Amino acid sequence: MNGTGEDGEVPGDARWAFGTGFEDPLHGVVAELPPGVDGAAVAGVCVALADDALVGAQRLAEWVTCAPELEIELALANVGLDLLGQARLLYARAGQVDGSGRGEDDFAYRRAAEEFRCLRLTELPRGDFAFTALRLLALSCARLALLDGLRGAADPVLAAVAERGVTEVTYHRLFAAEWVVRLGDGTAVSRGRLRRAVGEAEPWLAEVLDDEVGAEWGVAPGAVRAACAADWDRVARQSGVPLPVPAPAGGAGGRAGVHTPHLPGLLAELQGVARAHPGASW
Amino acid sequence: MTAAETWALRVAGAVPDPELPVVTVAELGMVRGVACDGAGGVVVRLAPTYAGCPAVAEIRADVAAALRAAGFARVEVVTVWSPPWTSEWISEAGRRKLAAAGVAPPGAAPARGPVALTLSARRTAVPCPRCGARETEEVSRSGGTPCTALWRCLACREPFEHLREV
Repeated sequence: MNGTGEDGEVPGDARWAFGTGFEDPLHGVVAELPPGVDGAAVAGVCVALADDALVGAQRLAEWVTCAPELEIELALANVGLDLLGQARLLYARAGQVDGSGRGEDDFAYRRAAEEFRCLRLTELPRGDFAFTALRLLALSCARLALLDGLRGAADPVLAAVAERGVTEVTYHRLFAAEWVVRLGDGTAVSRGRLRRAVGEAEPWLAEVLDDEVGAEWGVAPGAVRAACAADWDRVARQSGVPLPVPAPAGGAGGRAGVHTPHLPGLLAELQGVARAHPGASW
Repeated sequence: MTAAETWALRVAGAVPDPELPVVTVAELGMVRGVACDGAGGVVVRLAPTYAGCPAVAEIRADVAAALRAAGFARVEVVTVWSPPWTSEWISEAGRRKLAAAGVAPPGAAPARGPVALTLSARRTAVPCPRCGARETEEVSRSGGTPCTALWRCLACREPFEHLREV
């Protein structure tokens, strides 16, 4: 079976968590790239988008057992699950095309913080529910615009993952936007919390608006910034709390492996079992 | 399609969904095709509903086990992401069975292409699968599985699950 060509098939995988002992997801699948497509470059996009998803999912999972309501807990966990699903496919694809032969576990569990390419907004501590809703809104708007463009990517597997991801992230954006409106348009307390969340997120938003990662892969220049500005303006007008659209910032950020001190802590928890028991299974 | 493939398609398609066991994976539109090599080997193409759906691994294992039990010596289940699964793939029979089990089937899928953020638009009412009333409301967009939402009927007061449109 040589399955990944035009159909956008990706290796099936029965493995669900580290150490559950299923077979290697890459068995028997040849992942040919179209002629002229640079595998290392495809892997770069895949890893950046997968790192955003994995780290974002980890922060969302921190709400499990302690969200304000059971329904919100389910929603946040399900958003995280969607992102984790996207991350697994993207890591698997990256390992196929970068020539390293790495699997999804190698990317998730066996890289140091400086090898991650996630946006720094994803790695900031969980914060309160207002910060969680605001961060999810900002990240979902940007990710949706990126995935929308990547549907036209020259790599059929990346394009297929993007196509699928668009429908999922559309839900994430709506969930987050509705909560940002309710918080901003709610009580003095909820509005105060949202304002504070905006202040905490603002230094990290310029990076979110940058779409260089998708530039060669179907994402039009400025598309992410334009989409986010339109979405945030619509939300801000209904919530009554302004959402800044910062000018591009210079300097290296998460996409270059420069991170906040919060990422190593997050990875220590995420990777703890895998690093303590290499190759373990149960 | 060979006789073996017709048989394999029936066997694979008859596997119930682990989360919604009233419907089969064929009725959900997850089985995209089979190919037999004439020597006891079969490849099944399966389209997962959601990328992160935890039931995918179980469905793959169930489909493989069903085909082996049906006499296929070598079974391979290949995951297909393109064209992506949408709720439009659910068959009419699947929709009827879902409704009979108290799960409101999805309505028309949202339009493809760039999706504008609509905050104020009221979502289409989902008829109650128990009493048929159209006066219903969404309780939570996320239910017990990644693909269902929680709703309640304002007429008969019963809560129900709704398979989301995607």
